[in-house]
Amino acid sequence: MLSTKQKIGWTVISVLVLVYALFPVLSILMTSFKAPSDLTSGKFLPSKFVGENYEQIFVGDAKDLFLPALRNSIGISLIATFIAVVLATLCAYAIARLDFPGKKLVLTTALMVSMFPVISIVTPLFNLWRQIGLYDTWLGLIIPYLSLTLPISIWTLTAFFQQIPWDLERAAQVDGATTWQAFRKVIVPLAMPGVFTTAIIAFFIAWNDFVYGIGLTSTSAARPVPAALAFFTGASQFEDPAGAISAAAIIVTIPVVLLVLAFQRQIVSGLTQGAVKG
Amino acid sequence: MAAITMEHLVKKYDDGFPAVNDISIDIADGEFLILVGPSGCGKSTLLRMVVGLEDITSGDLKINGERVNDRQPRDRNLSMVFQNYALYPHLSVYENIAFPLRLAKGQFSNDEIDRKVREAAETLDLNEHLERKPANLSGGQRQRVAMGRAIVRDADAFLFDEPLSNLDAKLRGQMRTEIAQLQRRMGITSLYVTHDQTEAMTLGDRVAVLKRGQLQQIASPRELYEQPVNLFVAGFIGAPSMNFIPARISGGVFQTPIGDIEVPERVQAKLSGAPELVLLGLRPEHFEDAKFVDEAKVGHGTMFDAEFTHTEWLGNQQYGYIQYEQDQTVQHKLNELAQELDADEMPAQVIVSLDASSRIRGGSTAKIWLDSRRMHVFNPETGENLTRDAEAGAELTREANEERKSEIERARQRDASRGGQNAHAGAGTATAGVAVHRGGDAVTGRESTGQGGSTAL
Repeated sequence: MLSTKQKIGWTVISVLVLVYALFPVLSILMTSFKAPSDLTSGKFLPSKFVGENYEQIFVGDAKDLFLPALRNSIGISLIATFIAVVLATLCAYAIARLDFPGKKLVLTTALMVSMFPVISIVTPLFNLWRQIGLYDTWLGLIIPYLSLTLPISIWTLTAFFQQIPWDLERAAQVDGATTWQAFRKVIVPLAMPGVFTTAIIAFFIAWNDFVYGIGLTSTSAARPVPAALAFFTGASQFEDPAGAISAAAIIVTIPVVLLVLAFQRQIVSGLTQGAVKG
Repeated sequence: MAAITMEHLVKKYDDGFPAVNDISIDIADGEFLILVGPSGCGKSTLLRMVVGLEDITSGDLKINGERVNDRQPRDRNLSMVFQNYALYPHLSVYENIAFPLRLAKGQFSNDEIDRKVREAAETLDLNEHLERKPANLSGGQRQRVAMGRAIVRDADAFLFDEPLSNLDAKLRGQMRTEIAQLQRRMGITSLYVTHDQTEAMTLGDRVAVLKRGQLQQIASPRELYEQPVNLFVAGFIGAPSMNFIPARISGGVFQTPIGDIEVPERVQAKLSGAPELVLLGLRPEHFEDAKFVDEAKVGHGTMFDAEFTHTEWLGNQQYGYIQYEQDQTVQHKLNELAQELDADEMPAQVIVSLDASSRIRGGSTAKIWLDSRRMHVFNPETGENLTRDAEAGAELTREANEERKSEIERARQRDASRGGQNAHAGAGTATAGVAVHRGGDAVTGRESTGQGGSTAL
């Protein structure tokens, strides 16, 4: 049990961290409700709450920029996440369970790939994609996104699979299961929390990417939201687009929050509790 | 129902280390065989080879005469209880038990599955817990669920991999009794791995003692205890373990550090070819406080004075410890043996069993009596038991075998006479008497010692 002093200490620290993390979000939220003339007021709260900015990105001038971008972002991120998780699940299972030559190589390669600076590949990719016709397509973004999401997925899932007692699988085999049945009926249900966690991490990585998004697209055919935000302009060139950008930023945060809330229950660890001796 | 035959089984790992080295064992249909040995002796590996989780390097494994070396675990129709239970945490107790049945697609209807699961749950007293998840069960209950999963299908044999080692002493005793009863009732071939010799002695029809992948001796618990083939088996079976005392043969007496012991007639005949220095194997219960020895028996043994370092009083019995000067020539041999038995070194002390009401206390010198008729003499170099009476040993094992058959027969008759439709459920109480003599010591916290020898199996 925590003493009263410790409790107070933790509360203070928690509040500080929350303020540090959430203040910018709140600030953007407030900005998104400001009228263009209000942007430079220097005040935190808008002098008058207006929905003008939201109107602009959904039905107004910025509609053609924002809505396709939102569609692209959702589509590309989901597909990249799905492929990464499926591939990583199979790969991680093999790494955790089997002893094959090159196992270390797979892991170190994955680690190296994830460390490689993204910005240095964008230019060569830009040239390559233009020549083979992948420039400004969904696939042209999904492939580089996989290079970001696969390594981390493989690492997280390998760690997760290694936690699942091997005896469970052996028990299933003795009980009459084939290797595939043992995997599907015992390992997969137990790995679900890990898979969900990994999927969410992978989705965020794809969702938040800016460098590939801006470097490998040119039109609304494939441009994701983070890149599209950079193309926002005011109604005239003298108008600051900060209000619309803030509104868009708030909108793109919503799926992320929803995802975490929806899968909160799945992300609980400790599901393997009770499998082996307690 | 099946007989399992191991013929020259060998398991070599990639580095060439033979974990299991040329083991041949015949397990008869309905027999309860125990594999026992110190850690790293290959007993679990052997079990996993039988069930199919480890490849067999060479040799043949036959179930009912059919070679099954290359069959997958699922095709061998054996069921296994794992040391850590290996319950499926995402499934309820009911689904855990039903798991093997559901895998046998199309073989069982839902009603059949339900009936079988409930029957198994009834046998194991799990009815109230069927809807719970393994995480919410106690250790003993989890162990029972693992058993339930094993008995629910009609497997040819049960394999147990140290199933009780994770339970506390009291529960272990209870579960031991339950497993014994269950096996008798179902009459199913069982192979049980343990390092706990109380389990080995009380459960097994026969016990196979392994050392470094090699089979040392396979016999009934009684034969192992009374007629061990070598130093290792003698030292491993029995707790507290057999005392090994160096002795020089001189005339008609053994000169030992604790005193001179007359060479008994039975032993005399077998000493031809024995080295000058031998090891005497004396079990603690071969000794007694001289005051408590019957007049009639005194003549059969030797009296000597001994200084006790300390005594341990356990209520039903008492142990006394006597230290002596170790003979350097055998010290390394004894230390080697100690290491094989998972201990560091063999202390130069004799443990003697005294009557519980004996007043001998630590620091005192007292007269003790040794029943020298029951001693064993070992060759310290080869470890061989020079005084082993193979015939008497075989007789003990044969007796045990017959007792097992009649015990199973009685259990079946009792089941039949209950005549209930649910034979298994009825048997739960009907056969309680079968193992009552074991149940007695099963619930005492401390594993009672030396019981194995007197437990009729």
